[in-house]
Amino acid sequence: MKRLARYTLTLAFAVTGATQLLAQGAVTGTVKFTGAAPANPKIDMAEEPICKAKYTTAPTDPVVVVNKGGLGNVFISVTSGLPAGAKAAAPSTPGTIDQQGCLYHPRVFGVMAGQSIEIKNSDAVLHNIKAMPKKNRGFNISQPTAGMKTMKTFPVAEAAVPFECNVHGWMKAKVFVMDTPYFAVSDENGAFSLKGLPAGTYTLEAWHEKYGTKTATVTVTATGGTATFTFAAS
Amino acid sequence: MNRATAGRYGGKAAGVIFGAALLLTGFPADRLSAQDVQRGKVVYDKWCMGCHGETGLGDGPAAKFMLPPPRDFTGAKYQIRTTASGELPADADIERVVAEGMPGTAMPEWKSKLSGAEQKDVVAYVKSLSTFFEGAQPPAVVAFGKAPGGGADAIADGGKTFEKLECFKCHGMSGRGNGKSSPTLKDDWDFPIRAANLSQNWNFNGGGAVEDIYRRMRTGLDGTPMPSFSDALDAKVITDEQLWHVAQYVRSLSPEESPPAVREVIRAAPVAQGAALPAGPDDSTWSRAEPSFIPMVGQIIAKPRWFAPSVTGIWVQSMHDGNKLAVRVSWDDGSKSPDPAWDEWMARLVKSVTDADGALTPAQGPDRFWVQFPKRVTDEAERPYFLGGNTRRPVYLWRWASTPDASEEGTGTGLGRFAALSGASEMTHAASFTDGRWHVQFTRALVPADTTASPTFGVGRAIPIAFFAGDGSNGETGARGAVSAWYAIYLDVPTPPTVYVMPLVAVLLTAGLGLVVVWRAQQQNRKS
Ligand code: HEC
Ligand code: HEC
Repeated sequence: MKRLARYTLTLAFAVTGATQLLAQGAVTGTVKFTGAAPANPKIDMAEEPICKAKYTTAPTDPVVVVNKGGLGNVFISVTSGLPAGAKAAAPSTPGTIDQQGCLYHPRVFGVMAGQSIEIKNSDAVLHNIKAMPKKNRGFNISQPTAGMKTMKTFPVAEAAVPFECNVHGWMKAKVFVMDTPYFAVSDENGAFSLKGLPAGTYTLEAWHEKYGTKTATVTVTATGGTATFTFAAS
Repeated sequence: MNRATAGRYGGKAAGVIFGAALLLTGFPADRLSAQDVQRGKVVYDKWCMGCHGETGLGDGPAAKFMLPPPRDFTGAKYQIRTTASGELPADADIERVVAEGMPGTAMPEWKSKLSGAEQKDVVAYVKSLSTFFEGAQPPAVVAFGKAPGGGADAIADGGKTFEKLECFKCHGMSGRGNGKSSPTLKDDWDFPIRAANLSQNWNFNGGGAVEDIYRRMRTGLDGTPMPSFSDALDAKVITDEQLWHVAQYVRSLSPEESPPAVREVIRAAPVAQGAALPAGPDDSTWSRAEPSFIPMVGQIIAKPRWFAPSVTGIWVQSMHDGNKLAVRVSWDDGSKSPDPAWDEWMARLVKSVTDADGALTPAQGPDRFWVQFPKRVTDEAERPYFLGGNTRRPVYLWRWASTPDASEEGTGTGLGRFAALSGASEMTHAASFTDGRWHVQFTRALVPADTTASPTFGVGRAIPIAFFAGDGSNGETGARGAVSAWYAIYLDVPTPPTVYVMPLVAVLLTAGLGLVVVWRAQQQNRKS
């Protein structure tokens, strides 16, 4: 019991340490998309009426999400410029991924190395969740009922770990396992914000599953900074 | 040693026990292994490299023909484990799979070729090919418990749980590997992979016993779509007993005798006096005819060769009424080809299997089945060349294809060299496809109109018979497919036939059974 208390205390310190590091400027930005957005592939859910019933229009695989000229599901992270040895503890709240309507929500997200990931099933059908990292150990587990939750952790940083369901071959997600807390995913309008970056100049990278990566340089002052990425239809 | 024992005997005793355990298991793996690894490399380079590749990437010279391909050891993904999904295997797990091999794949057993020490050494070397084992603690082994009593109730309950857990989404309702998702299944290296045919447990990679099946469900088969179901236990979606019942149910889908005995003679029993021959492949009369299991292997002799056949065994039944002979063949096939749902499978297959003898096209063909007899039935022991005969000793063939559903009879003088008989076919057929299984019935008069063009099926006589099967959704067109050795079909006379069967068996045995002998030897090794 005592040991547990001490452990919690250390953890608390680590977390406060991290918060201090975080209490700085925020980078806000947008990921722009130019050109005509391609139509997303249709998904035939005829075999899975429980999922199909969750849609009012024919479901598609949201590979390219474009609204108001902004591109969603882009993963943005800092690739250089951080002070050497900057460390932050993994948050104690888990990252979550939900299986809903036979699609993953979110489709792209980041967690810190060592942070737990809560995998939950909101569909009353069987999903298996197969994670295929290269640097971490993968897994392939099943959730045969709605409401099931499973916790998993990747200890080592690794980009774009594929998650997939083999019962529904179209279900795919990407998980970024990060060493630092400075990452974000653009929302459906392409907007994102990176919180807590100390003043300085940084290189940011934006990654999209179809359009690859773009980089941008941003200078952060006490009031923050802005960054813009532009992806073009190919 | 479990924790309870340690507690009971107190600290000192626990220390002694721990010390003894250390002596027994040797030093921690990574310290002891340097020497083993060196000795293991010698074994590996000699026996394993041809398939698994020089650096363990699974890219040996033989690899490109196989499906599933040899394992890439660098990622340390092991199917047959006693550890949780994603965990490294225990040394004993790898040792077991090396000793026993992986039935249903090209991975051979090594216990009859390598000494115990050589097997341990090669395992140490295989581990050294992946960084995941560096400094890793021995993994926790899952506590599996014991099977509860079986019986009809347990099996029925297992069937319900099989549905509740939706195993059928991949494996199909009857477990024949034909679930809705089956054409989309791929392994971690993007090779197409079949959901195991649960009615052929002799092909299970990790063994076909109830205990083996239970373990595979608990741990999953890493690197494949087959997931672990342990979380469903933890979440109390099902009980451990129910999961055991699923294992018992799955075991019940395969014949009790596993692998089924291969007999050289297919009996064509006379129908009861005044009764009719079965009218079609789904006629209930067929349940009265004894099925013979015939193993099939990839056609790897004539070009283009085929190393990844989808049909690995067929069941043959036969009856006659003194005028006509009816033969029903049954085999499992995930698809009624061509089937657009299987385009994805074909596309992946074309990328995965290198065909040394010509390009594989992604276009699907029909499913095919051929039955072959010597054109002339003689008393000589020598039969036509088993692959479609030759000009000196031609064969008489029944050829059936699924789409359009049609059959023909003709003369074969070599694989792919076929001339239809002139005039209307005297052989008729009817085919049915239900839940991943084909039944095709062929019927012909015992005495043909032209006895010089095709053989007479004489009652009381052994007639050589052989088979060819092709799955059109698996790239099996032309000479690509699965073949059998020669067997014999014996049309029973109403009197006990023992006296005739004995010399026949002797003839077959002395003539040598090539493929079958090899196949059975492999199965025997696995069983023992
Ligand atoms: C004829 C080719 C061939 C040879 C020779 C061969 N293997 Fe394999 N091996 C395979 C194939 C194919 C697989 C993959 C089967 C699968 O994925 O279902 C495999 C898989 C394995 C596995 C993975 C087991 C698991 O649980 O996933 C191990 C370990 C292994 N082989 C060890 C060896 C060793 C050690 C040798 C030499 C003594 C050897 N193999 C020789 C073809 C071969
Ligand atoms: C997402 C698809 C999927 C689901 C769901 C699934 N399986 Fe499998 N299963 C597979 C695949 C693919 C294989 C073949 C693995 C291989 O060949 O290496 C397999 C293999 C097996 C095997 C053979 C193991 C061996 O040793 O080769 C058994 C037994 C089995 N599954 C039973 C089940 C049962 C029972 C369930 C439900 C509780 C189930 N499976 C659910 C895809 C699935």
